Amino acid sequence: MSDNMMEVRDLVVQFGSGSQAVTVLKGVSASVGIGRTVGLVGESGSGKSTLAKALVGTVRPTSGSITIGGVDTATLTRGDRASMRRRVQMIPQDPYSSLDPRRTIGQAIAEAIDPKRPDVKKHRETILEWLRTVRMPEDTIDRYPHEFSGGQRQRVAIARGLVLRPEFVVADEITSALDVSVQAEILNLVARLRQELNLSMLFISHNLAVVRHVSDDVIVLYQGEIVEQGPAEQVYSDPQHPYTRSLLDSVPGAPGFSID
Amino acid sequence: MTKNPVRRFNWTPGLIVGIVLLGAMALVGIIAPFLLSDSANALGDRSLPPSAEHLLGTDQSGHDMFARSLVATRLTLMMTLGATAIAVLIGIVIGTSVWLLPRRGREISLRVIDTMVAFPGLLLALVVAAILGAGAIPAVIAIGFAGIPTFARLTANLAAQVSQREYVSTARLLGVGDRRIVTDHMLPNMAEPLFVLAASNFAQSLTAISALSFVGLGVQSPQYDYGKLLNEALPSLLAGRPEQTVGPAVLIVITGLAAMLLGDGLAAAADPRAGRRTASLGIRRSATGAAASSASVSGDAMVVVDNLVISTTAGKPLVKGISFHINRGEIVGIVGESGSGKSLTAMSVARLLPEGLDATANSMGLDNLDLLGRVDPKVLAQTLSLIYQDPGSTFNPALKMGTQLTEVLRTHRGQSRSVARKTILEALRRVRMTLPEKRMGQHPHELSGGMRQRAMIAAAMATSPSLIIADEPTTALDVTVQAEILREIKRLNRDFSTAVMFISHDIGVVKALCDRVLVMNGGEIVEEIDAKLLTVENATHPYTKALLAATPSVTERLAELPVLDWRTAAAEQAATAKEEEVAR
Repeated sequence: MSDNMMEVRDLVVQFGSGSQAVTVLKGVSASVGIGRTVGLVGESGSGKSTLAKALVGTVRPTSGSITIGGVDTATLTRGDRASMRRRVQMIPQDPYSSLDPRRTIGQAIAEAIDPKRPDVKKHRETILEWLRTVRMPEDTIDRYPHEFSGGQRQRVAIARGLVLRPEFVVADEITSALDVSVQAEILNLVARLRQELNLSMLFISHNLAVVRHVSDDVIVLYQGEIVEQGPAEQVYSDPQHPYTRSLLDSVPGAPGFSID
Repeated sequence: MTKNPVRRFNWTPGLIVGIVLLGAMALVGIIAPFLLSDSANALGDRSLPPSAEHLLGTDQSGHDMFARSLVATRLTLMMTLGATAIAVLIGIVIGTSVWLLPRRGREISLRVIDTMVAFPGLLLALVVAAILGAGAIPAVIAIGFAGIPTFARLTANLAAQVSQREYVSTARLLGVGDRRIVTDHMLPNMAEPLFVLAASNFAQSLTAISALSFVGLGVQSPQYDYGKLLNEALPSLLAGRPEQTVGPAVLIVITGLAAMLLGDGLAAAADPRAGRRTASLGIRRSATGAAASSASVSGDAMVVVDNLVISTTAGKPLVKGISFHINRGEIVGIVGESGSGKSLTAMSVARLLPEGLDATANSMGLDNLDLLGRVDPKVLAQTLSLIYQDPGSTFNPALKMGTQLTEVLRTHRGQSRSVARKTILEALRRVRMTLPEKRMGQHPHELSGGMRQRAMIAAAMATSPSLIIADEPTTALDVTVQAEILREIKRLNRDFSTAVMFISHDIGVVKALCDRVLVMNGGEIVEEIDAKLLTVENATHPYTKALLAATPSVTERLAELPVLDWRTAAAEQAATAKEEEVAR
């Protein structure tokens, strides 16, 4: 196999059946190289969240293949699928609703380490190490989510997503619920962890500037189809597809943007 | 932080009374059989009226009714507890496990539960009691089982909400098993309402068990509970001696009332909105402002706000004395992060402050209205229009667009349906809505987010307001749609010289659209700047600089986004300014 961590081929996802069927992904082929971060941009309804769900296994593809770490996910047995779920992690979008308000941060992370028998005491060292990695104080472990701000919660969510040392990370709009200054911190954190841990990541966002900041490569999704993909520098400086161009020109402050 | 999950427990009088009463009943249930069993079983003169010796008289066998009623408390409470436990525990298990089933199984199970809820509980209990035979334990089982469907249904409703939460789906993705999802994530987050429901189930079980014993299908002699006592008192009642029913009847009422009070009290305590003031206070004129004449807006200014202070009724300051103005035909942006007070500022101009806030100002004027005095809502509605953030939730999904869009014209302008329709159609064309006639007959969900926002802007423009307040109007929209909406606002401003107060967290959007920008942080306006000068180099306040620097750009990629320590910088700047002043 190649040095791709993730590869999808001709991926089609359809919801419903018969005349009610809606095709959300219409034959998407893309890949994420080992240690690379691929930004996925698209507007609402483009299918970017569906692609994320298909990758983590919560949406079943109608046709096409998904290969992660050289393993075709369609060939997995039930047991293999459980272990695959642990090798691919999703960092959720909303740091407010993704942490159970009645469980401490330590319990939340312990659950990621061992979902069958979550034990904060046993995994204390690992949890503390990860809290340090995302620059959270050690006493965070015994505190509850409501004691933290959105940015701090997102750090915890990132720690929980990475504690298993997943081979592949899907980050779905992880900064869209955050303030600009907090977003900057989280983006810097992601950039740092990407280097330190050699993460392979699919970074999904509707915010073109955010994607540009963290991505090596960029995929532009429009109505379930990839209209453009390539190295970030190239896509941003010399967009080929008219949709990509209109997308870039719509960003206030971009050279092509005009209020008139 | 806007959410405050740590709430003070709300001790309502009802809750306290409920706890005291129920505690007293429990105490009676524990103690009475030890102290009063002998006198309750002693046979004396039959059917005596109440006297000092027999407070509630005696029954037709000669038992003391007072002692008997108190002794019956233990059996009654234990049976009620037993029945409640059956209904609650099995109900919770069924109600939550339904949500672990695959979709089809879940639908079928829910329909089965629905059918069982529709079946009268007491009838079910009678059937069960008839099968199991009469007695205390069959009665408990009968009433317990009869209560299961209702409790299962209520639990399923609660579980439906909780199971949709993101932390449940995240736990699933991590590989957490079903049992743990229920015990660790779902039940703790449903605990409060379940407790309340259990309390009301207790009250229902009490009356149901008493009824069963009363009709002779419950407790049998020589045992007795409240219902059995009532059953025994029936001949006396018919013979014109009602006093024999007083003891058990009063105790049933007290116990049931205590359980209901406890349940309602717990519900009120769990509801964060309980105990708050319900009426909005409006904005008061501050002491210094009262001295000055009620300033009407003069000259070019459309909006004048002088020293607006907003705080919670508990005294926490949210907006700390800000002053600003908006000129006619000007687009002023207010930019800031969450908690900066930007939305509160906007809402106070529209006189729409949320409940539980205390606001004062020296003066506040909009056009020729004094916002601190009495304002005719009709006049306000014609002077000012609002555009909200989420075009999905501002429209009523059940009504057609036409009905909702023409509402403001019909109520505030008194226009007839057909005239209002004409005005709105024209407004929809003005915001370049495609197929305006068709849109009027459609429901909100048939329109895309961008179209709904256009429709809202059209409705806002239809009254020809002098000011539009737009609170994050493009935040929920895609970037291409956002660009169109921004251009639309700009065009309306240019063509009709409508003033716009534009609230946003996105400094890029504000810079592109506005003439002048107010940067807010922590309830203060830290900088007022010409939008053209809004760059890291030209901004003077460290916070503005930090905000600009932290915003990633599509045109260049930095190795690291600067997260400036603007507070220190601001303190230094203030110190230098002071030094200079001293030097002078």
